[in-house]
Amino acid sequence: MSAAPILIVHASGTNRDGDAAQAIELAGGSPRIVHVNQLRRGEVTFADHAGVLIPGGFSYGDSLGAGQRLALELRLWFAQELSEVVTAGKPVLGICNGFQVLVKAGLLGAVSEHRLAPENRQVTLTDNARGRFECRWVTLRVEPAVRSTWLGPIRDTIIRCPVAHGEGRFVSADDSVSAELEAQGLVAFRYQDSGATPVFQPDSVRAAAGAYPANPNGSAADIAGICDHSGAVVGLMPHPEDHVLDWQRPNGDPGATGLPLFKAFVAAAR
Amino acid sequence: MPLRVTVTSHSDPQGEAIVSAAPLVGVRGLAQCRVSRVYHLDAAGPLGNDDVDRLCREVLVDPVVAEYSIGAALPAMGRAVEVAALPGVTDLDARELERAAQQLQIADLRVSTAVRYDLIGDLDDRAVAVITRRLLANDTIEQSHQGTLAPAFVAQADADCRVESVPLRGLSDSELQTLSSQRLLSLDTEEMRAIQRYFDDIGRSPTDAELETLAQTWSEHCVHKTFRAAIELTHTSADGRTTVTRHDGLLAALREVTEELDPWWLRSAFVDDAGIVAFDDRFDLAFKVETHNHPSALEPFGGANTGVGGVVRDILGVSARPIACTNVLCFGPVDLPAERLLAGVLHPRRIRDGVVAGIADYGNKLGLPTVNGAVVYDEGYIGNPLVYCGALGLLVNGSHPRAAQLGDRVVSIGGRVGRDGIHGATFSSATMDASTVDSVGAAVQIGDPITEKGCIEVVERACGLGLYNAITDCGAGGFSSAVGEMGEDLGVEIDLEGVRLKYSGLQPWEIWLSEAQERMVMAVPPDSLLALQQICDDWDVELTDLGSFSGSGKLVVRHGDTPVIDMSMDFLHNGLPRRELTATFIDPPSTAVESPRVDAEMLLGLLAHPDVASKEDIVRRYDHEVRAGTVVRPLVGRNADGPADAAVIKPLGTQHTPAAAVVSNGLCPRVGRHDPYAMALLALDEAVRNLVAVGGDPDRVALLDNFCWGDPTRSDRLGSLVRAVQGCTDGARRYAMPFISGKDSLFNEFEGRPVPPTLLISALGLVADLNRAIDSAGMSVGDDLWLVGRGSAALGGSVADALYGLGATDVPAPLDDPLPRYRAVHSAIAAGLVSAAHDCSDGGIAAAIAEMAIAARHGVAVEVPADGCDEFAALTNEGPGRLVLAAQRSDRDVLGQTLGVNGRRIGEVTANSRISLGVQGANGETIAAALVCVDVGDAVRAFTSSVAT
Repeated sequence: MSAAPILIVHASGTNRDGDAAQAIELAGGSPRIVHVNQLRRGEVTFADHAGVLIPGGFSYGDSLGAGQRLALELRLWFAQELSEVVTAGKPVLGICNGFQVLVKAGLLGAVSEHRLAPENRQVTLTDNARGRFECRWVTLRVEPAVRSTWLGPIRDTIIRCPVAHGEGRFVSADDSVSAELEAQGLVAFRYQDSGATPVFQPDSVRAAAGAYPANPNGSAADIAGICDHSGAVVGLMPHPEDHVLDWQRPNGDPGATGLPLFKAFVAAAR
Repeated sequence: MPLRVTVTSHSDPQGEAIVSAAPLVGVRGLAQCRVSRVYHLDAAGPLGNDDVDRLCREVLVDPVVAEYSIGAALPAMGRAVEVAALPGVTDLDARELERAAQQLQIADLRVSTAVRYDLIGDLDDRAVAVITRRLLANDTIEQSHQGTLAPAFVAQADADCRVESVPLRGLSDSELQTLSSQRLLSLDTEEMRAIQRYFDDIGRSPTDAELETLAQTWSEHCVHKTFRAAIELTHTSADGRTTVTRHDGLLAALREVTEELDPWWLRSAFVDDAGIVAFDDRFDLAFKVETHNHPSALEPFGGANTGVGGVVRDILGVSARPIACTNVLCFGPVDLPAERLLAGVLHPRRIRDGVVAGIADYGNKLGLPTVNGAVVYDEGYIGNPLVYCGALGLLVNGSHPRAAQLGDRVVSIGGRVGRDGIHGATFSSATMDASTVDSVGAAVQIGDPITEKGCIEVVERACGLGLYNAITDCGAGGFSSAVGEMGEDLGVEIDLEGVRLKYSGLQPWEIWLSEAQERMVMAVPPDSLLALQQICDDWDVELTDLGSFSGSGKLVVRHGDTPVIDMSMDFLHNGLPRRELTATFIDPPSTAVESPRVDAEMLLGLLAHPDVASKEDIVRRYDHEVRAGTVVRPLVGRNADGPADAAVIKPLGTQHTPAAAVVSNGLCPRVGRHDPYAMALLALDEAVRNLVAVGGDPDRVALLDNFCWGDPTRSDRLGSLVRAVQGCTDGARRYAMPFISGKDSLFNEFEGRPVPPTLLISALGLVADLNRAIDSAGMSVGDDLWLVGRGSAALGGSVADALYGLGATDVPAPLDDPLPRYRAVHSAIAAGLVSAAHDCSDGGIAAAIAEMAIAARHGVAVEVPADGCDEFAALTNEGPGRLVLAAQRSDRDVLGQTLGVNGRRIGEVTANSRISLGVQGANGETIAAALVCVDVGDAVRAFTSSVAT
């Protein structure tokens, strides 16, 4: 069986497309980085691919708010294609800026089924609580109760990887939205405190409980990533694609890489 | 009448930051600050409220956290201040909103933006003015107003294309000099006379564009007049004897050593925008460090922002893919009392914060990991901060084409041209004073990293397909430098009419001269143009065909039918008279100093000194992980708060080899105050020992020099510069490491006060196997601690000297034969015998050992060899060539053999979380046990106490 073709969407200012492509390749997929302009001209289509990844970066410089401009383009130009991807159950993953784009496009975090309308947005990613871009390693747990089917094989898994963002604080419109996210299993990843032992040990991982720096940006309920109702669309702020090889880890025992996430993604894309 | 839209977020951390910064500028009464974004929409046609509403919902407003109002300004809460960029200054939000409106088919919009601050609290006019001036707006690029600010659009003047003729015939020397200063040409009388003669000979007056082109091409910034000058140095030694030496070009002296050494892995040095060395048999590495000092003094964010953009383009200029950034920053003390601030100078804190934000913005948005750097705080940088920006690139071996062909098109890709950035090269070739802001505001720019990112993508693909024969970046001087340089051999014919402008109304000389960031110029064969255009279209990059390489040997520029420039390339590039300069240097007298008492406070004081203390607050604002290849990070250890010695970078796409690149730096300007010759050798040694400490191979090191000096026409400044260059050339020979590129930034003076002579040495090396790379934190309890190298009794230029105000002037003696020790350390690390290593620099061995303890969160017990020093000097001296290594006890014998006479065992890693420092004699006998005893937790607190200041 040939490797699943994975579309990695590049808009001007995208910059972790190479990192994502490396992770997809290591996970057994066949990544293809395609600029939005080429998609728009129809030279390459979403339908040609078994999964879609929107990587990190600063699409259009994050002018007017992180991800806002690319979100608009997705809504204007690719609403139909994206909805077909989701209906077909193909996995869609947004990382960092890609997560911001999916949220702001309305593909993630909308409570109603009507997709891709800005009014539907009930959650957002906004300025970090400390008001600045920050780069540091964090620990994540894949939510045991996550609804996403393709995350199923890695439920409750620990991933260590860096965050690198200025607008990553997850906020819900109100308490009822937060409750709904939890009740429906839409929370996909939470920041964890990996403890103060000299060497990282999975057993000592516990909830970040909102405390900085384990929760690096002040996200509500330590939410680092979510999925949609269908379970096909997943987004997260941290960068699991930057921890897929052992030497990429600054310290600690082997393991807790982001590779299982990409393997699950590629497996679902087959 | 433009329509006004105001968007306010419920919780904007920027408002809180302003509230907490207000007391630092002396304002007590600010209780709350609400920040809103203002968008002025000016439509060519009708613009309905429905359209604006749609624009708000689709792109402007995040419905979860923000609300908006259309129409009149919101009623003021407290005191309102509005700030907007001056017309013509890059405004990316405005541009993106215009594009979004187009995509939504709403209207043909022109947008101008502003930020509104509602200041709430007990504030009088003066307080609001202070907050506005010191925290909210910078007059160099912004306008501000208490209350509602009218929208600022660039006036769209119809281009009335004018080329002015500037008569030179018959002007006296003093008239020529006046003309030079009035037009900001920064040319001296001799140079003006050469221009006068040339145009007398061809029988006409120069055009404005010709004069400006010559000034740019002949500027210190572009042609390095001082580094090419013949210099006579009178050197007076401490005993009063004088020797006179002649120096036939400082640059030539640096190049000569490189040619002498000529290692097999050197690909090119001093020929392009960046130096190139081999990475492996498939790839090469390009490395360059630039300075952006003058712009950063006036507009810290924009200056540093475009500094990163500039050095990244240097890497693109050798057809390499940029893969990492570095920066070294020198500021005045951030706690400088307001009354000691010079007029016309921004406060060091504001400069520091703006510079860091500017670097973070550009590097992060380009997707480049910023992985190595240093920060120095010294009163000598109050008027002139120094901003060194470096970049590393990767290219396929031999893929960089260098020869434009007859008939090739002169093609520009990237950003549009505006009036911003005119006179950048000449401005940086002059000293500054309080009026500089007014005269050169246009030289300061805000960057557009996303446009540059597009250029990176295009150049990588165009190079891969062989679509161009030569490439260079548009730096200071814009087209005039880039095209002038590229066409030197063949000559070029250019038409400026097709150049894409940010706004109309630019005169031909402005189009030709404007630096306007984010542009590259290429020599493209006519039959490759279409393919290049397609790549540019794919990546949202604009391309302009400017003209052709003509074969005439002339620089000919037109604007449509209007002639703008017609001069010989030979005069442009070879007509500059060589400078004859005199230099003096007097060795400082030796001073005996009395050593302070050694105690725990000493160690805590060293750790809290701004130059030693944690830079975490800065480092974390830079993405140091993007491109998935950072092996040794700037912060190391379990809590990622220990300082790393050097960065190890595994380039993305080189998984076929375990090799990785190492980048490090060394600088010691405090030594330079006393002895610039020693400074050069000590800075070089610091860069090398940092590099070796992480596992870098000392036999594969390439160096960059970056000189930041005062006015070189003053003989004492020039004397110390010559001495520093001598240190570099002697150092390159002793260490057998070639310089592959460099940069000088002279005229760093404010009202007659020069910066301390500051030489940055950057080193690029390799680790053969990234799995053997180590950091300063990897040690375990029970490991032996070893010292490589011997100490020095000289405390001149040390952090201890600054901390205690000792007034020492004797500086440590440079090493005569450094390579054996570094090779020994390298073999030990490459053999896997070393668990952690850290170099001894700022704060001496005391700080080095404490930093290792902090990084590892382990205790250490050490007795440092006195090596003829008293206890204080033994612990704090910053002599060269010293590293602390940690290694397993079981490897004691083999490590001892590997290090030989270079290594001595000085203690061990302990389980008790205390840093214990003593001093031992020549035979290992204890002279003073546990002189310093500090809990690791207290050391962490001292080290991080100033993190947020």
